[in-house]
Amino acid sequence: MNGTTRRVVLAVAAPVAALAFAIGLSSIVLLISGSNPLDAYGDMLKHASKLETQVDILNRATPLYLSGVAAAIGFRMNLFNIGVEGQYLFAFIVAAYVGGQVSLPAALHVTVIISVAMIVGGAYSGLAGALKVTRGVNEVISTIMLNAIAISGIVAWLITEWQAGGEISATGGRVGTEPIAGSGLLPDINSWLELVTRDIRQGKELTAVLLVAVAVGLLYHVLLNRTVFGFDLRASGMNPTAARAGGISPKRMIVASMVLSGAVAGLVGLPELMDTGFFPSNPIKGLGFAGIAVALLGRNHPAGIALGALIFAFLDISSGILQVTGAASREIVQIMQGVIILAAVVAYEVVRRIRERDEAASAAAALAVGAT
Amino acid sequence: MAPAIELIGITKRFPGVIANDDVNLRVEEGEIHAICGENGAGKSTLMKILYGMQAADEGTMKIRGEEVSFSSPSEAIERGIGMVHQHFMLADQLTVLENVIIGAEPVKSGGRIDFENARAHLREVGDAYGLTIDPDDLVERLEVGERQRVEIIKVLYRGAKILILDEPTAVLVPQEVDELFRNMRDLRADGATILFIDHKLDEVLEIADTITVLRQGHTVATVKPDEVSAGDLAELMVGSELPTPQTTRSTVTDEVGLEVRDLTVLDDDERPVVEHVSVTVHRGEIVGIAGVEGNGQTELTDAIMGTRDAASGHIVLLGHDITTTSVRHRRQQGLGYVPQDRHREGLLLAAPLWENVALGHQTEPPYAHGPWLDRAGSKARTEEVREEFDVRTPNIDVAAHALSGGNQQKLIIGRELVANPSVLIAAHPTRGIDVGAQAAVWDAIRAARAAGMATLLISADLDELIGLSDTIVVMLRGSLVATLDPTDVTPRDLGAYMTGASLEEAS
Repeated sequence: MNGTTRRVVLAVAAPVAALAFAIGLSSIVLLISGSNPLDAYGDMLKHASKLETQVDILNRATPLYLSGVAAAIGFRMNLFNIGVEGQYLFAFIVAAYVGGQVSLPAALHVTVIISVAMIVGGAYSGLAGALKVTRGVNEVISTIMLNAIAISGIVAWLITEWQAGGEISATGGRVGTEPIAGSGLLPDINSWLELVTRDIRQGKELTAVLLVAVAVGLLYHVLLNRTVFGFDLRASGMNPTAARAGGISPKRMIVASMVLSGAVAGLVGLPELMDTGFFPSNPIKGLGFAGIAVALLGRNHPAGIALGALIFAFLDISSGILQVTGAASREIVQIMQGVIILAAVVAYEVVRRIRERDEAASAAAALAVGAT
Repeated sequence: MAPAIELIGITKRFPGVIANDDVNLRVEEGEIHAICGENGAGKSTLMKILYGMQAADEGTMKIRGEEVSFSSPSEAIERGIGMVHQHFMLADQLTVLENVIIGAEPVKSGGRIDFENARAHLREVGDAYGLTIDPDDLVERLEVGERQRVEIIKVLYRGAKILILDEPTAVLVPQEVDELFRNMRDLRADGATILFIDHKLDEVLEIADTITVLRQGHTVATVKPDEVSAGDLAELMVGSELPTPQTTRSTVTDEVGLEVRDLTVLDDDERPVVEHVSVTVHRGEIVGIAGVEGNGQTELTDAIMGTRDAASGHIVLLGHDITTTSVRHRRQQGLGYVPQDRHREGLLLAAPLWENVALGHQTEPPYAHGPWLDRAGSKARTEEVREEFDVRTPNIDVAAHALSGGNQQKLIIGRELVANPSVLIAAHPTRGIDVGAQAAVWDAIRAARAAGMATLLISADLDELIGLSDTIVVMLRGSLVATLDPTDVTPRDLGAYMTGASLEEAS
């Protein structure tokens, strides 16, 4: 096996091994709880083979991906942005409010909504960065606190304020901010998918934010690997003292990466906003925390995060069908998600060590050749 | 009476190096015994073996005549051996008393800590050895010297009769050193045996009853302080073999590359570690800074590079005052840097070689076009570095950690020199690398000097300093204390200046 093949095999081996381990362990759990694992997996796969379910999975994977990229930007800089949760909910409500207040031509309206979401998310996350560089506050602590302030403070307060002021209207039996006019909403992209498949039925709509997520993924990749800024960011994450001696200002990089991470986090609420058109009184929560797991699973790599988001989305969506068919308890998917993360972390570390040993061996070989 | 400690034929090997090679040591009961030696002479390894932190590969260890082998520090503590580390291991937020009893808390009924008992025991220990300290002070409020005293009390509290002090004076200012020495004499008077590591010879001669010198893992001599001069000790420490004289012609110009004027730098505790230092390096000149480590060289280089602020004074690069500018600006103006610790400050170990070569110059061609990285340019330049500086590697895509130390160092030297810096700050450029790589690094620096580079060389290797430098200045306790001509200075003289021995003799 030559070097390149070995590298590729190693890269693929880790997630495959993690997945196999997770399936094995989940099967044991299913057996213990009295379910037939084969029935459960069969139901999950059969369900996922349907086009409409696939649309659901993509719709679910889109915010997970954005959230994963947001967490990954922090991770690459050795910063743990736990605040994605608060950042996206805060950005979500402000963007929904602004979007509902203005009336603009379509392209501009959407741009305004997306920009507001990114600015709010970035600014809110930047606050944690500023606290770290000026006051030495650990970003884990500050983002957790900022989460609390955003979720049970600002967002809850705004909702009650708006309700009292009559600015929140009842739409279709639901309570939320002023609905955004059609010009501010991205249309679904069912027709794009239908180019390669049959018609999508059951009124399922594939979110156009998927395209935004793909663009974010590409930008993330380019920024990180092709720009001086990305180099500075990665260098600071790998070895802050060496980066400093190499002329990179650690403070600047901390603030910049927190702002960037928050700006991407601001987009996490976008799929729901574009779907409902307003900030509902009970929005989807937990996407920020799930993003951390997705980034971990995807090794902070843009394609890896995509895979992680799809796996998590598949499991999330499968939990519904398990309940319907009764093949297993729906909580099994949460166990699987947890086990996958754990197994992935172990498998990646094993592969990293093997790779390191390989490289050292080949460098030693080069040394021996050079010496003779 | 059997000696307190007797080590016979201790040998400890690490991959590629022998840290201790047939070391013999005999420490009598109730004496202050100094272990001297250069960095890397094997002092710390020996102490770690004695304290049970590492196991010797060969040799015998006897405590009061009884053969022992420790597999952990707790076994050493049981035998009455206590160690005070150079870096204090205290919890700042706790009081002195709490710090002292951590891990050895007296317990009363119900699992509660018996503070009364602890306090009484602490007072007993303090009285017995003449060490005074307020048990209720918060450690964060204590001076460095007092913190050290807490560490000493901590080991005495655990019943230690044999104390190992690892470079206890390294962190102290002179007045604190006097206080420490007073405490050490009191401890000796009260029956304790003290083994301490130091390489400041004036201090060793002042306090020790017996001195053992280590060089390159061997015990070279055990002497009494009244039998030797500081000069003799320095010679024992560094060896007497003279370097091969460098017959290269002087390339010194009268154009100033780097000028440091009256520079004062504070450490993290706000104490001056570099005081009123002035030094000028001309283009084509190598100025060597000699000094035992920890005398302010690191802070001086940090201040010149811009990673540490100058408290006062000026740093002038090619006529431009750069005292307050960013690291990046300084580098862009032509300041190159070979850091003393290549893993900490020099490399991104997990990144490929070509990214490591770009580090520090990533904003400039051929590594970048405006905001974009130029991967092809970086790789081409890395191939050049690999060729020119003989970096042995299978390819330039392997991660830096895969290379041997010598090749990592050649990569760093190559990366800095290929950028044609006007001024190079080189801190221990050949530390820990093999002879072949060493010669390659020296040749590269000499060639750049001939081409007009100004170099400030910080090194603990006296042969390297004498061989490469056009001028040598000696740094001691934050100040430059002597300017010497390398053509008529011997390592022995230099050693005397570095350790302050010549100042003692002169005064």
